[in-house]
Amino acid sequence: MNIIRYIIQKEFRQIFRNKAMLPIIFMMPLIQLIILSNAATFEIKNIKFGYIDNDKTPYSRELVEKFNASTYFNVLSDYPSAKMAKSAMLNGDVDVILEIPQYFDRNLVREKKTDLSVTINAIDGAAAGVENVYVTQIIQQFNKNVQVDLMLYDTVNDRPQTIETIPLFWYNETLNYKTFMVPGILVLLVTMITLFLSGMNVVREKEIGTLEQINVTPIKKFQFIIGKLFPFLVLGLVLLTVGLIIAKLLFNVPIIGSIFLMYGYTVVYILVILGIGLFISNYTDTQQQAMFIAWFFMVIFILMSGLFTPIESMPQWAQLLTEFNPIKYFVQVMRMVMLKGAGFTDILPQLAKTLLYAVAMNGLAVMSYKKFT
Amino acid sequence: MKAANAIQVKNLTKTFGEFTAVNNISFHVGKGEVFGFLGANGAGKTTAMKMLIGILKPTSGKAQVANYDITSHANDVKKNIGYMSQRFSLYNDLTIKENITFFGGIYGLKKATIKTKTQALINDLGLHDEANKLVGSLPLGWKQKVAFSVSLLHDPQIIFLDEPTGGVDPITRRQFWEMIYREAHKGKTIFVTTHYMDEAEYCDRVSIMVEGKIEALDSPKNLKTQYKVDSMNQVFLKLARNIE
Ligand SMILES: Nc1ncnc2c1ncn2[C@@H]1O[C@H](COP(=O)(O)OP(=O)(O)OP(=O)(O)O)[C@@H](O)[C@H]1O
Ligand SMILES: [Mg+2]
Repeated sequence: MNIIRYIIQKEFRQIFRNKAMLPIIFMMPLIQLIILSNAATFEIKNIKFGYIDNDKTPYSRELVEKFNASTYFNVLSDYPSAKMAKSAMLNGDVDVILEIPQYFDRNLVREKKTDLSVTINAIDGAAAGVENVYVTQIIQQFNKNVQVDLMLYDTVNDRPQTIETIPLFWYNETLNYKTFMVPGILVLLVTMITLFLSGMNVVREKEIGTLEQINVTPIKKFQFIIGKLFPFLVLGLVLLTVGLIIAKLLFNVPIIGSIFLMYGYTVVYILVILGIGLFISNYTDTQQQAMFIAWFFMVIFILMSGLFTPIESMPQWAQLLTEFNPIKYFVQVMRMVMLKGAGFTDILPQLAKTLLYAVAMNGLAVMSYKKFT
Repeated sequence: MKAANAIQVKNLTKTFGEFTAVNNISFHVGKGEVFGFLGANGAGKTTAMKMLIGILKPTSGKAQVANYDITSHANDVKKNIGYMSQRFSLYNDLTIKENITFFGGIYGLKKATIKTKTQALINDLGLHDEANKLVGSLPLGWKQKVAFSVSLLHDPQIIFLDEPTGGVDPITRRQFWEMIYREAHKGKTIFVTTHYMDEAEYCDRVSIMVEGKIEALDSPKNLKTQYKVDSMNQVFLKLARNIE
């Protein structure tokens, strides 16, 4: 145990001695948090909205009126036919087309079920995703009104599924994207710093030759690995803390759930990342190689984390791949705990998977570290 | 195999792909001996040494160091040896004291032992003013002396030195050999590689390695008689030339 303590002491000495790295470790992520959280907003205003009203009833007009009232939509025109609407979209004159079918009102009342067709210009996928949310949200609100009206006529107490709604990805009651983005970006920063530092660390000792000197000592593999992991785990938690303080003070992001739970999960999560970092370190000979590989994983993890593109809209194979993305779980847990106040049992699936991942990665890291080649 | 030998090597071979870096070498080093392991650049000295210290697996052959088999008991070998790499391998971003603490610590020394050893080392090398300076800021000769002392912290029986005097001035080299002799007098076995033929004269016995094979092995005196020359330098040149 004492041996591990000496490694930890040495790592901390080196971290704090490196006057060039220290500001990078702490300042860079915080600046990124502030910039990205402000920039990565998905708010879109003045969406060009067109509709085709085949029903022409008070109900259908009421629905259109909902869109008119929204600040996000600019209701442009009532197209006489779907064909004309489509050609307008091709010209870029309209972003979203809502087609209200004939007997919309009547079907709602009689069959408690009707379809609404929404066409979104998907040239910009991210924008389309957001527009989708807005549209869905307005229709859902409208949908509830209809239900209330219906209840007066029909006393059957099953909740009628009146409108087939598109799945909701970006639901956030106040539509405050900063609140939504900050926990996610915090996740990225903690991940990036811990992955890069751990990935670079062992390979750096390989480069300068000190690893060989360590390998001629009778030190045990697990002692070495734990001694290397611990300082970065602490660093990751410090980063999380600073990030949370900024989230609270600067962005006023609510922290509803248990802080304790958040830290508990983060410890397990960082172990996964550090395991990956050490694994990379063991299989590379230079810091440059390690950096490239770390970036490779980082980019894939970020893009497939569900932070910028909803996982539900990915193809099936990609969704399957995201099961192996630790960032996905961390983003989910942070949002659940921070914004929704999720408890231990709510995050249990994510926690279990992350724990399994941590065991696997660190097992691999210990196995791939060879004192004797 | 006699138990009295510190190092016992039999048919040791290491190949990297098609290339044979160490080709079927056999020799022994007696306890307390200063053994010079000579050879031109790329002869295979470092490769052979790495196998003996248990960080490189031999392709074939056997070796015992401190009576432990190097493949099956690498960790026991490691407890009994000190190693100073050809590449400088202390931490440049730590002070002399911090380096000593770290290496003493991972060898499992007690805190009090580390403290007394640190003090002794600083006294011996006369580094009172430099003890809290970063190792990276020291001149090469001093760095090498510190590295040597650090490799002795855990009191090993056998010390492996890979070109310990590479690139340092003649005075420092002289001092370095005095340090080596002091350890030899304490009964420690020294296994040392060098490119300086005058240093070869300081050794009890030397082996000369050419392209992975040991071509000569004897005391400097006997080798000079055998090759009918009057310096180790000439022995070395003769051997190297014969091969070409
Ligand atoms: N890991 C390796 N993979 C492939 N070839 C290697 C490896 N390590 C060493 N070699 C080759 O083995 C040969 C012997 O190298 P080694 O370092 O043992 O020589 P040396 O006698 O120590 O030389 P020097 O005096 O320059 O230190 C060299 O040709 C070297 O290129
Ligand atoms: Mg060498």
